[in-house]
Amino acid sequence: MADFPVIYERSRPGRRGAQPPQPRQFDLEAALGGENLRKQPPRLPEVSELDLVRHYTQLAHRQFSIDANFYPLGSCTMKYNPKVNEEAARLFQDIHPYQAPETAQGALQLMYELQDDLAAITGMDAFSLQPAAGAHGELAGVLMIRAFHESRGEGDQRRVVIVPDSAHGTNPATAAMAGYEVREVPTDASGEVDLAAFEAAMGADVAAVMLTNPNTLGLFERKIRKLADIAHAAGALLYYDGANLNAILGRVRPGDMGFDVVHLNLHKTFTTPHGGGGPGTGPVGVKAKLRDFLPVPIIAKRGDEYVIDEDRPRSIGRLRSHFGNFGNLVRAYTYIRALGREGLREVSGHAVLNANYLRVKLKEIGFRVPFDRVNMHEFVAQPPEGMRTLDIAKALLDFGMHPMTVYFPLTVKEAMMIEPTETESLETLDAYVDALQQVLERAAEDPNYLANAPYETPVRRLDEVKAARQPVLRHRFEERGAPGS
Amino acid sequence: MRYHPHTEEDVSKALQTIGVGSIEELFDDLPRELRDPEMDLPRGIDEVALLDHLRSLAAKNSMSGPDFLGGGVRRHFIPSVTPHLALQSEFVTAYTPYQPEVSQGILQATFEYQTMMCELTGLDVSNASMYDGATATAEAALLAVRQTRRERVMVSRGVHPETRAVLATYLHPLGVTLDVVDLDPLTTPRLFVPEDVAGVVVQQPNFLGYIEEMTALTAATHAAGALMIAVVDPLSLALLAPPGAYGADVAVGDGQTLGNPANFGGPSFGFMVVKEELLRQFPGRIVGQTTDVDGKRAFVLTLQAREQHIRRSRAKSNICTNHQLAALMATVNVGALGPQGLREVATGSVERAHTLATRLEAAGLAPHTAARYFSEFVLPVAMDAAAVRSELARRGIHAGVPVPAEYGLGDAVLLSATERVRDEDITALATALAEIGAARAREVAHG
Amino acid sequence: MNTPEDLRYAKSHEWVRQDGGGVVTVGITDHAQDQLGDVVFVELPEVGRHVKAGDTVAVIESVKTASDIYAPVSGEITAVNASLDAKPETVNESPYGDGWLFRISGGNDAELDGLLDAAAYVRSLDED
Repeated sequence: MADFPVIYERSRPGRRGAQPPQPRQFDLEAALGGENLRKQPPRLPEVSELDLVRHYTQLAHRQFSIDANFYPLGSCTMKYNPKVNEEAARLFQDIHPYQAPETAQGALQLMYELQDDLAAITGMDAFSLQPAAGAHGELAGVLMIRAFHESRGEGDQRRVVIVPDSAHGTNPATAAMAGYEVREVPTDASGEVDLAAFEAAMGADVAAVMLTNPNTLGLFERKIRKLADIAHAAGALLYYDGANLNAILGRVRPGDMGFDVVHLNLHKTFTTPHGGGGPGTGPVGVKAKLRDFLPVPIIAKRGDEYVIDEDRPRSIGRLRSHFGNFGNLVRAYTYIRALGREGLREVSGHAVLNANYLRVKLKEIGFRVPFDRVNMHEFVAQPPEGMRTLDIAKALLDFGMHPMTVYFPLTVKEAMMIEPTETESLETLDAYVDALQQVLERAAEDPNYLANAPYETPVRRLDEVKAARQPVLRHRFEERGAPGS
Repeated sequence: MRYHPHTEEDVSKALQTIGVGSIEELFDDLPRELRDPEMDLPRGIDEVALLDHLRSLAAKNSMSGPDFLGGGVRRHFIPSVTPHLALQSEFVTAYTPYQPEVSQGILQATFEYQTMMCELTGLDVSNASMYDGATATAEAALLAVRQTRRERVMVSRGVHPETRAVLATYLHPLGVTLDVVDLDPLTTPRLFVPEDVAGVVVQQPNFLGYIEEMTALTAATHAAGALMIAVVDPLSLALLAPPGAYGADVAVGDGQTLGNPANFGGPSFGFMVVKEELLRQFPGRIVGQTTDVDGKRAFVLTLQAREQHIRRSRAKSNICTNHQLAALMATVNVGALGPQGLREVATGSVERAHTLATRLEAAGLAPHTAARYFSEFVLPVAMDAAAVRSELARRGIHAGVPVPAEYGLGDAVLLSATERVRDEDITALATALAEIGAARAREVAHG
Repeated sequence: MNTPEDLRYAKSHEWVRQDGGGVVTVGITDHAQDQLGDVVFVELPEVGRHVKAGDTVAVIESVKTASDIYAPVSGEITAVNASLDAKPETVNESPYGDGWLFRISGGNDAELDGLLDAAAYVRSLDED
């Protein structure tokens, strides 16, 4: 079968799609200066509108998605994204960030209320909606912690950020980006932070501890208040990575557990779509002692008017342009208002129920669970002895089901991290277990089955070594002539 | 419950399977004394009430009327086919394409995006997109610092003030010095670049709308062994010389103008395209072409060992997500317009802006037209710039981004045009400016 | 697995060959290349850089990992294997030969003595 064409291979000189308003007669060279003009046009697709529709519709069919497939990626929270969120976002999509603020009061009110809603949900005192993603929220949070220590004259002394060895890769990467050294602490036999190692790692050189709770093994850190006390006694601040907030929504709040800074992933807990890799959104919240350091701008209220407050001299500054990924703020606000406080609490209840159900079911068919206790919204399993996680993941694809997160956390060999989310039915979970059981059975019958799976997907296993050794990172046109000349 | 499928029977079946008596019991690990906090939130509402509420908020924003707002975000024509295709639920509700066998849709579209960005900028390698233009610029500055092992970055004041602010935020914790070069008066003057400079950041067209002499600025940058980081409006590259043509090492910018709605400033996407020799210092996701076991062409995330999920504290950046969906919007939109359509949109914007400036001059106003400009320019005004914008808004016209005081141009606003501007919009703006007494007398103006 | 008797080894899986004149050649062991899988890129140090034993001086990337390579002895980097740029797979194919990484001049005897011989290195693998 022929390769599926890239859009550039469908191009024919002179073919046209959409038609913008036709420009009037105008001397571009006189206006812009001949020396500033482009000499060779960029080679862009020339296709009809129907060609374009066919191309991107067929491409969409070469793609798994929540709307079509069960997608239980641990830590990623692939739950249903309500359609009403999309309708709500469209109501606001044409607002310009520089239009007079009095003509954007509805948008500003929404942001102001969302700041308050997120503070109420997390037990924090103030929020900034600016960060564009979870990792960006982490950067905001760690920079605020840095500014806090600097304001107390301890900036030079506190050089270290502590992260558990099971942490997301963004935690150490963020700490480094904010100019800190990283000190890792190990996990104990129960799957939680090792208390003795934590105490030994703590000291007057520590600026912050970054924790995910429940942690990346899907287990609640039961000693969290003790950890917070130890950190605070040493003058360090406690950072909450909100990747797993969906597990404890409405049950306990990071602010009450002793965290000083949190970031949230609106694309996980609050149902904004993942978009095939982004945009995410990572608002960051703080306790009152850090309020002054929040990134600018903040949406404030003066009398009856909502205003954009940029005049905050102790702020860490600006982290991106404008106010944040506003479109996603509308979606998250819509979700929070639809569910309300009781509805949000049921999210965590059903997420944890589904995850525990799946854990028990998988154990029944021979999967191993290294930390076998009641888990939260996700759990980490291992394949039956002698089998590779990668192979099982690939085999699942033929069943129209997406694999779990594989080989994370790094601390568990052959890790399979599974998060079914609250929006999936027991029938779907049973079907997943059934698919996994079939994979095991076929593997027992045919020793080559697993190594060659998948069989039915648009393409089969890829040569990733070739992709990395001889990178081809753009389409090569057949005719010559460099675009930059 | 909304969005959850669980019947009472389902809940009891699941509890029985797990071997616990209630959902509450599953939360026994949580500190008892902190359980079930009061949350100051309203109760949930039905979908009719929900949409009524959101529509009432939406009604408090004005989104129509003559539009001359710019400052990096412009409401260009977006054909209907663009959102219809880009926002198909397979694209919207997919995760990052870590399983390539079932993610060829997004992977191939990203490969097409990377190709498009290379063509537009005339550079070699594009990543899969970043958060926005400002953060892409900051990441480019960090790349220059890594590549040259120098700890000073120069930035023209012609770079968007918000972008410069983000640069400062990113560079400060790493101890990198940021020097700002003043404009003279509308464009960046000839540069002297000291030999301890890692990179020079210049925006084309600049924040005020004027065209910089990129060839000379790049030569001065390279003479010092520094990298030229060109911040560009990708739509302008339908007409203007691409960064590759004047020797820039890195092209960055915001892709909003290629087919994303204004979205009150986000999400759009940032792009970064570099010369091949910078590939190993490059942050962010990259898609590459390879083959599958049957020899079929296929696409996959590649060169991942640079990234945070593998390198952890020594990754090139902490960036994890890209702005995939917004980049896809741009890819589809450019496919819909084609090279000719894109050129028409850009040409129309330039023509409308120049027609507007001529018309304002005829009406006795004094826009700054001494330097060449693209589709945006500065209009000095006789009153507070924000007040001009508000007065225009009262008359149903969106125009007048205030020019910050740092430019030394006095009270002034930016006026920008797109191909959508009609003759009657120009008349309405000229009339309104006269009505509110915004005109600054021509003899006072200079520059 | 191949562990030549005439080389010295670091526990972090580098091998060291004494070339005479105070110069040593450094690479990674057969065991290490096998654990890494297909090498796709090697990041080498700058010639002329002064390193201390234990410093991170190179990085070897496979598709899904990046592994630090440490200087087994102190001294100056006098040469790097530039052919790995185009053919990183040489590290897999010939870890003790054409797949060498870099040379260091000036290592002291005490550091060399502190390294393992082949038998001790093989024993150290069992402890992992």
